[in-house]
Amino acid sequence: MKKLIPFITLVALLGLPALGLADDAPITADTVQNNLNFVWTCVAAFLVFLMQAGFAMVEAGFTRAKNACNIMMKNLMDFSVGALAFWAVGFGLMFGASNGYFGHSDFFFSGATGDDAPWNYAFWMFQVVFAATAATIISGAVAERTKFSAYMVYSVFVSALIYPIFGGWAWGSLYHGSGWLEGLGFIDFAGSSVVHSIGGWLALAGAIVVGPRIGKFDKNGKVKPIPGHNIPVASLGVFLLWFGWYGFNPGSTTTGDTSIAMIAVTTTMAAAAGAVAAMLFTWMKYGKSDIGMTLNGALAGLVGITAGCANVSVPSSVIIGLVAGVLVVLSVLFFDKIRVDDPVGAVSVHGVCGAWGTLAAGIFDTAGFSMHTVGVQLIGIAACFAWAFFAGLILFKAIDIVIGMRVSEEEEMAGLDFSEHGASAYPDFHTVKLGSVFTPGQDNTAK
Amino acid sequence: MKKIECIIKPFKLDDVKNALTEMGVTGMTVSEVRGFGRQKGHTELYRGAEYQIDFIPKVKLELVVNDDLISKIVETVQKEACTGRIGDGKIFVSPVEQSVRIRTGETGEDSL
Repeated sequence: MKKLIPFITLVALLGLPALGLADDAPITADTVQNNLNFVWTCVAAFLVFLMQAGFAMVEAGFTRAKNACNIMMKNLMDFSVGALAFWAVGFGLMFGASNGYFGHSDFFFSGATGDDAPWNYAFWMFQVVFAATAATIISGAVAERTKFSAYMVYSVFVSALIYPIFGGWAWGSLYHGSGWLEGLGFIDFAGSSVVHSIGGWLALAGAIVVGPRIGKFDKNGKVKPIPGHNIPVASLGVFLLWFGWYGFNPGSTTTGDTSIAMIAVTTTMAAAAGAVAAMLFTWMKYGKSDIGMTLNGALAGLVGITAGCANVSVPSSVIIGLVAGVLVVLSVLFFDKIRVDDPVGAVSVHGVCGAWGTLAAGIFDTAGFSMHTVGVQLIGIAACFAWAFFAGLILFKAIDIVIGMRVSEEEEMAGLDFSEHGASAYPDFHTVKLGSVFTPGQDNTAK
Repeated sequence: MKKIECIIKPFKLDDVKNALTEMGVTGMTVSEVRGFGRQKGHTELYRGAEYQIDFIPKVKLELVVNDDLISKIVETVQKEACTGRIGDGKIFVSPVEQSVRIRTGETGEDSL
């Protein structure tokens, strides 16, 4: 009997809420569905938040040990600073009452008005993690040589201005806004363009303005790889991102219904196909399968399916992933060739494959192929590039003039952990030879 | 009293150590080193670009022993560390002037 007492107490406690509800309105199927929508949207938002950890790990793994603290700080701060900026300004520009180009209400979001107040919170929560995803993409492309202060300034502008404006064009009507692009019939379910291409093209502008890392290209313009210091950590990052994507894509329904299952399948298939395609492609090209490119391939597949995850068939998702996996490898080699130094491949994964995914959402539309749909997708892709790349160039140039985008040569050689934060990520290990570019063993002539 | 320095392939360390302790060697010092000889370096692949590693990892074994053990040790190391392929390493023997056991202050061959 004694053993049963805790059990009985527990049952009695579980019964308490029912007592309280006895006075309220009866539970209907609609309230259950409504609650489910809240739970699913919030859980999906939390999954997308975990992608921040994924981005941080990918970037840290693909770069040198002497910059690991700086990379953690950047990833922590682009979310924290970005969330404040998106709350104050960005959300209003993106989702406020709009003229089709930018919103002008709902600044300093309070949400607590009207019957919809609780849903506004869920919606805002889901949107803030998306904004942070776009902002953090840039981090990897400018890693190992960007001034921390400059990084935080542009994070504010990206989350408050550049991401929300384009986001409003494509998604504004999800809330109080309305965008010209969605008015044309633009398809971007979860953000191949809105989130990933925007981040990717901004990353391209950033990498161009800040310039390549010391030692990345020799006098003849030949690439000298700067190997990342922890490939298992980079791989963990890719797994975290993949996992988070199950919030990113199926969560974009913001509805707890049966459609999330099919979206989860297209998401999985595209990622798997992307990884396999990149692996086989590098294996054939180099005689060995390349781990870094294969990790990028999985992400490329995920970015590629993001726009069309809800309106393409499963076989189409495999094709989208396979193309993305090959495209990302060629793109990484292309940007190396034109001497844009992108340590993690952010421009290729998010910019290029985001554009591909946006196009693919039109080509493989289960509603049927039409030139009109593809044309609108192309307009969206072009608008995305034009807005993000040129706004990015202006922003980064302006920051470069005012506070400087780049640390000094000496600081870069010493590592940003020491020069920007006075810290060391691995104090117990002899990881940094001050003044060196490459790991010991590699040819260490910097220029 | 002589010092034997052996630079060997890392995966041969256990074989060499076991053979040496079996024949009665009581101590040795091991360090991880990098270098190249006739083998030169090797190339590695990172994100689609090949790069040259000039100094490749080896293990350096150091022993200071009595003169009478030298030829047997050298022979054992040579046998155990050999794969027959390029990059097996080298053995150097050099005289040692003095040695002291810190705990007791013994010197010379008594301290070994």
